[in-house]
Amino acid sequence: MNDQVLSVILTIITASTPLLLAAIGELVVERSGVLNLGVEGMMAVGAVSGFGAALMTGNPYAGVLAALVAGALLSLLFGFLTLTMVANQVATGLALTLLGLGVSGLMGEAFVGQPGVHLERLSIPGLSGIPFIGPILFGQDFLVYLSLVIVAAVSYMLFRTRTGLVIRAVGDSHQSAHALGYSVVGVRYLCVMFGGACSGLAGGYLSLAYTPQWVENMTAGRGWIALALVVFSSWLPWRIVVGAYLFGAITVMGFSLQAYGIGIPSQLLSALPYVVTVMVLVLISRNRALMRANTPACLGQPFVPDR
Amino acid sequence: MKKWMAMAAALALGVSASSAQAAGKLKACWVYVGPVGDFGYSYQHDQGRKAVEKALGDKVETAFLENVAEGPDAERAIERFAREGCKIIFTTSFGFMDPTIKVAAKYPDVKFEHATGYKKADNVGIYNARFYEGRYVMGQIAAKMSKTGTAGYIVSFPIPEVVMGINSFMLGAQSVNPDFKVKIVWVNSWYDPGKEADAAKVLLGQGADILVQHTDSTAPLQEAEKAGKLGFGQSSDMIRFAPKAQLTANTDDWDPYYIARVQAVLDGTWKPDDTWGGMKDGMVVLSPFTNMPDDVRKIAEDTVARIKSGTFHPFMGPITKQDGTTVGEAGKPLPDGELLSMNYYIKGVDDKLPQ
Repeated sequence: MNDQVLSVILTIITASTPLLLAAIGELVVERSGVLNLGVEGMMAVGAVSGFGAALMTGNPYAGVLAALVAGALLSLLFGFLTLTMVANQVATGLALTLLGLGVSGLMGEAFVGQPGVHLERLSIPGLSGIPFIGPILFGQDFLVYLSLVIVAAVSYMLFRTRTGLVIRAVGDSHQSAHALGYSVVGVRYLCVMFGGACSGLAGGYLSLAYTPQWVENMTAGRGWIALALVVFSSWLPWRIVVGAYLFGAITVMGFSLQAYGIGIPSQLLSALPYVVTVMVLVLISRNRALMRANTPACLGQPFVPDR
Repeated sequence: MKKWMAMAAALALGVSASSAQAAGKLKACWVYVGPVGDFGYSYQHDQGRKAVEKALGDKVETAFLENVAEGPDAERAIERFAREGCKIIFTTSFGFMDPTIKVAAKYPDVKFEHATGYKKADNVGIYNARFYEGRYVMGQIAAKMSKTGTAGYIVSFPIPEVVMGINSFMLGAQSVNPDFKVKIVWVNSWYDPGKEADAAKVLLGQGADILVQHTDSTAPLQEAEKAGKLGFGQSSDMIRFAPKAQLTANTDDWDPYYIARVQAVLDGTWKPDDTWGGMKDGMVVLSPFTNMPDDVRKIAEDTVARIKSGTFHPFMGPITKQDGTTVGEAGKPLPDGELLSMNYYIKGVDDKLPQ
């Protein structure tokens, strides 16, 4: 029994981590007032770049780095179009998703059907061997820990530092931030790139740790779930952890219940992660005033300096 | 900027005009539900398309659309092909059935072939492979090789095709071990490596030591490999992904069929047929038996030979359903119509079929 609970918990952690990585990146992007709907595309490109680099060098960490860089580069294209050229963010983001999925297919043609390089799990002598707790706390791959560190860092940075204040100011009122002498476009570029890097990492997690292989469309809509998590968590970092893990947990537990032969219709079980995650996040965000305070007021609005 | 766009438009027009001019060739088109790079179901169909190009050379021109979602998107994709001058269109997923019939009614001069469905029309033929034959053999192997007496079965949607597969697998397993158990997880997707891997991990965690899948990615088999357990490849030979885990793979070989059908259009002899080919016709092929002792391999090979020679049918009546009632006449195989509308589990499957 213990073994079964353990395997479910370990599966939940792997299922949740890519959502968490992509969502925390997008949160920073949206906090700066930019809506990038291209998460799915950046994840796909991150996945194929990470897989390819790991395969060619034989080193999974080179893959992680490549995934991060690839995601950031693709987001730079989005940044150029929406920030410098002031194109419509929604349309550009959608185009980025299509572009990313297409380009990743093209880049990955040679990698299809190749067994990948696996990002190994941590193994600390003495600690990882502790029954039950060991594998959960000390036996994950480093991206799992990194995802939580990023959340903590983002939370601290946004609400406890001057940098965070500037990002939020840019997202809430770009004209005021501009009038105060902050470079709105510059701040947004950096945030967009951070978001791209996180999406790329999320993709890399898929192709290096989750299912170490490259196949087209392997992101299978996870980018869109990440986007939804950002909104439903009312742009608060720790709520994203709740959302992502809740989503992962209910998906995996649904499979687990099915395998026990409980007899709940599987269609209901597959819809449940969406329903429950939205419900829980809406419930914890029911404080209207707080919700309004946390919604970036300039989200999705193009910025053109008036002088 | 405008000038560039005008040039691009002119270029695009030029390209489409030139492809219309190549209309002396017969255009054959394929619509796939997954990416051709899935290394599974859609990949095998695309191998068939390539075989047509190779076999018929300059007489044909082929095109394909991949990742076409079942539903309204499918109708658009099929209609686009019909408008673009495709003379024969193969739609290769169950969910393309109604869209195919709809578009076919609008384009009576175009021939359509729909895989794994049951609706026909004057210009719509259907074809399918008797995948269940391979699954029976897999069931026998699983029952022989399993130490826990339990297999994990990862499935997509509760359509007859898939239900038939589960039943056939269990009939095979029960012929070796009457108490064999199966745990079933529906992931409600044909293709989502992540979800398939999650389901695989859950099943392995619950004591299944052999994984079977009726989804299209290699992820479940890779999980089996990682856990030191066993499994079966789906649609194409996946041995590269799981050299120590794959026992065999239930693969489809569409090449001869596609070549014959396109040739029939060229000859003007095409008719809306209903083809359901199995091991005998070379449409269902089990890839080499690996990671098993000789006596198990012997049983598997023997069953394959008997199915091929027609002396054995996995669904030999009477079959006892989960609720205890029986179908089929003693000593006779279930009729094809009964198989193609199968919506019940056989006795011994501890699961409730989603409706």
